[in-house]
Amino acid sequence: MSLDLPPIEATAPGRLETHLRQRRDAGAKLLVPYLTGGLGDWTEVVRAVADAGADAVEIGIPFSDPVMDGPTIQAASERALVEGTTPATVFADLRRVDAGVPLVAMTYYNLVFHMGDERFAGEMAEAGFSGMILPDVPMEEQGPWRAAADAAGIETVLLAGPITPDDRLAAVCERSRGYVYGVNLMGVTGERASLGQQAATLASRLKAATDKPVLMGFGVSNPEQAVEVAAVSDGVIVGTALVRRILDGGGPEAAHQFIASLRSALDES
Amino acid sequence: MSTQSPSAPAGSGDPVRSAMGEPDPGGRFGRFGGRFVPETLMPACIELEAAFREAWADPGFRSELDGLLRDYAGRPSPVTECHRLSAELGVRVLLKREDLNHTGSHKINNVLGQALLTRRMGKRRLVAETGAGQHGVATATAAALMGFECTVYMGEVDMERQKLNVFRMRLLGAEVRPASSGSRTLKDAVNEAMRDWVATVETSHYCLGSVMGPHPYPWMVRELHRVLGDEARQQSRALLDGADPDVVVACVGGGSNAAGIFSGFADTAAQLVGVEPAGGAAVGAGVPGVVHGMASFLMQDEWGQVEEAHSISAGLDYPGVGPEHAHLADIGRATYHPVTDDEVINAFQVLSRTEGIIPALEPAHALAWVIREAPSLAGRTVLVNLSGRGDKDVAQMMDILEGEL
Ligand SMILES: Cc1ncc(COP(=O)(O)O)c(C=O)c1O
Repeated sequence: MSLDLPPIEATAPGRLETHLRQRRDAGAKLLVPYLTGGLGDWTEVVRAVADAGADAVEIGIPFSDPVMDGPTIQAASERALVEGTTPATVFADLRRVDAGVPLVAMTYYNLVFHMGDERFAGEMAEAGFSGMILPDVPMEEQGPWRAAADAAGIETVLLAGPITPDDRLAAVCERSRGYVYGVNLMGVTGERASLGQQAATLASRLKAATDKPVLMGFGVSNPEQAVEVAAVSDGVIVGTALVRRILDGGGPEAAHQFIASLRSALDES
Repeated sequence: MSTQSPSAPAGSGDPVRSAMGEPDPGGRFGRFGGRFVPETLMPACIELEAAFREAWADPGFRSELDGLLRDYAGRPSPVTECHRLSAELGVRVLLKREDLNHTGSHKINNVLGQALLTRRMGKRRLVAETGAGQHGVATATAAALMGFECTVYMGEVDMERQKLNVFRMRLLGAEVRPASSGSRTLKDAVNEAMRDWVATVETSHYCLGSVMGPHPYPWMVRELHRVLGDEARQQSRALLDGADPDVVVACVGGGSNAAGIFSGFADTAAQLVGVEPAGGAAVGAGVPGVVHGMASFLMQDEWGQVEEAHSISAGLDYPGVGPEHAHLADIGRATYHPVTDDEVINAFQVLSRTEGIIPALEPAHALAWVIREAPSLAGRTVLVNLSGRGDKDVAQMMDILEGEL
């Protein structure tokens, strides 16, 4: 079955992709932590993880119905929303932060759709974001957002999973900007005791299909797993394991310590 | 993405009359619908669309489904003329009796179709969400019939309101898992069912219970309920000397019973009316949004956070609506109106006393609209889809009416 996808403009690598490529080509394994925007002193956590060796930071803009997230990130989103977080508060808070690494937003499409694609992309760029992940917008539905994002210089990161067929995987690699997000497992975000063979298989399929940075996320909980997954890819995304520490009351120091432990494990691998 | 499907050719005839054909290849009804799902679910949505298309064109599949609808579910359901209610209101009221189906509501039509499709796709587990529990019970029933595993997600609040249906599902061998996040009602049960499906899509089919979600569900579920609309059209013509009712009315949660009955009359002159709970009037609010795989009207705050619906009826406590209803409202082919809980409580009792039929709280919304609008409907003929029976709601109504009876 042939894919019927909306056209996209050819674009040169942006700031996010350029930065990650440079780091990778210099021999580093990439490390990208995720945290929920608006949760407690989150901007301090962004600084702390950047300082601990993150190559980019993903920031969740909380949504009421996060269908790709497991219980931990759901709880974090709910708490951030109760604390009054909106896209505008996330953007405003970020304007006061210079993390020194590229920032990538992750959210669900209704927040964007409601504000309007162009305005959302424009406000993201102004707040200092370089990239965007919208897990509920597959390639077929990406037209309006993609045009707005490309115009605003926001790189849209696409996801592929273990059962993504070859034709779709090739299209994801071709269309993704910034990096390609490999989903390690079938399921939602959350820590897993083991990741299994499917993560490694997907990573090799992605690496064979693209020269863009390939980062693997979902389920990565500790330094051992980070090393395991990074061995066959360009690096890892670590979300729930960090968010859980924040929910448990760990502040910027605990976040720094955890990300530093991942950094040194990756550097020694 | 510009080609139109063969059954709804672009620009042929009156777009209002030719409403309720196939959506476009991207699953769009006008500006609504589509397929807003994670990449990991796209292969399953594409597979399901192909499987349904093929099955729907296969006479063997159709006759097996027709056989089940007849011999297992009890179709056709009758149309009943309400003599005493009509006299009281000054409006001729007919009821399409989906309450008489096996499992007590229209939901079984959709579920039997999806269960056969599940077997055809080689899967053996059904995942479902449920609000009032009627779709959960229907799914658990079909799973028992076919020998499938079955997991039903239900909001904690609804498990409390609809205890009887929770027990029925368990009796039927299904596992009922509570949805304990957010408003703990139908919207959260949909979230949990989607999370399950993302993890189990290779072996499980998501048996969605209304005309919502990503393409092909809104179209497929409407087609599986078309049988009730086609029957109702023939039955009312028999009663009305070949004429159609002036007005066709149905309650709207996600909108499946309404889509089923509307599809039988979309190409007639009948006025189509959907009735929403005042606390969950997605079409009424008229703000477009994207959630649960579809673009449609959606109750949301100023930032696009989805709002919680509030209504006496668990089956209608949903902040969104199926995309085809959003489109029918857009083009003016159907209109949608809110009724309050108090009007529903009244309608529930009026039908019980005048006709000896205890309706479910959901279709009591449709009746409540007819009762309120009776003066403006005087002398006209109104067909109401009585989508389910009230057994499940009797305990709740007993609390509400305590001391009054
Ligand atoms: C009897 C009955 N009618 C209607 C509904 C609402 O669903 P829909 O709007 O899809 O018909 C339900 C849902 O539980 C129901 O049980």
